[in-house]
Amino acid sequence: MTKRRIAAIALAVIVALAGSALVGYQLSGRGAATAQRGLGIGGPIDLPATTGKRFSTADLGGKPYAVFFGFTRCPNICPTTLSDLTLDLEQLGPLADRLQVLFVTVDPERDTTSSMKDYLSAFDPRIIGLSGTPEEIAAVAKAYRVYYEKVPTEGGDYTMNHTATVYLMDGKGELTGTLSLEEEQPTRVAKLKRLAESG
Amino acid sequence: MTLQAFRTQSASTRLFRSFSGIEQRIAIATLAIGLLFVGVDAARAHEFKIGAIEVEHPWSRATPPGAKVGGGYLVIANDGDSDDTLVSATFESAGRTEIHQMSVDNGVMKMRPVEGGVAVPAHGKAELAPNGFHLMFMDLKQPLKQGESVKGTLTFAKAGTVDVVFEIDAIGAMPKHEHGGDGEMSGMKMEN
Repeated sequence: MTKRRIAAIALAVIVALAGSALVGYQLSGRGAATAQRGLGIGGPIDLPATTGKRFSTADLGGKPYAVFFGFTRCPNICPTTLSDLTLDLEQLGPLADRLQVLFVTVDPERDTTSSMKDYLSAFDPRIIGLSGTPEEIAAVAKAYRVYYEKVPTEGGDYTMNHTATVYLMDGKGELTGTLSLEEEQPTRVAKLKRLAESG
Repeated sequence: MTLQAFRTQSASTRLFRSFSGIEQRIAIATLAIGLLFVGVDAARAHEFKIGAIEVEHPWSRATPPGAKVGGGYLVIANDGDSDDTLVSATFESAGRTEIHQMSVDNGVMKMRPVEGGVAVPAHGKAELAPNGFHLMFMDLKQPLKQGESVKGTLTFAKAGTVDVVFEIDAIGAMPKHEHGGDGEMSGMKMEN
């Protein structure tokens, strides 16, 4: 009887441990991408922009925005995401004007607002590019919990590792969701539509 | 294909004899020879071969203005009995070309230079695609434009160096052969 009870307790402990390990794994596995409202991701952005002026989220007047961090010497993720967002905005039609898409460089040493302006000319003209001093970028990246680092390549050059998630921020500047790379266009457009209508 | 070409040829020989005038014959012959070359070019456009290595559809993406980098993608098939390795590559529009590997881990896009090249197993394939192993074209001399073709080379440890032509697709283009049931891109799982 006692042995059985011990066995039962041991089993319960194992199940509990396995359960919490699973929950822990899922939480760590998802990370920032599935962060919910209230986790404190996001914050005001005030940086030099491709418009030729400084851009501040305070000037959006409650308009929701989608923000993405990348760099122009990025061969795949950044142009693909910008190209996807361009197609998404086109799909949204007039609703697209009810949200703002921002592209913040994580390579401010090489990406100036003028070089970013050229680069962004291949995409939807409503997308605003933002650069700044390395300190300004670091502060914004920290607020959005965006990870980035230089990776040395041959010949003293470097490329960047960086968080590639598109953050969807509502009119109050709170994170309401994300766009991820593997999502199909209808899913992305539906999320952006909800975001635009929330504003 | 070849058999059909022969049949067409014999039929056209008969047709050819039915033309009496020398001008007519010359014109038809010229046209036929011209068509033959068009056919050969089209057949070669997507595949390049050296030894046991066959390179299928090398392609890249158009780049936004001022972009300094591009990616090179292709499938390598090794028909031989021994493993080979893609050790280096060149691309005419780039200052230099490296082999990199991209992965997405927990929402973070990671890029790393590949040491030692990409293995192509005997009787196997290796794929270079946007979300895995790829060629990294650096210091682009000019933007890559959709519809253009750019020359390059691929060097294999055993098979040697083969001249290839990269076709430039749209900015956000993805590999086209995926729908063939061949499976996932480079075996890389995108998470986040």
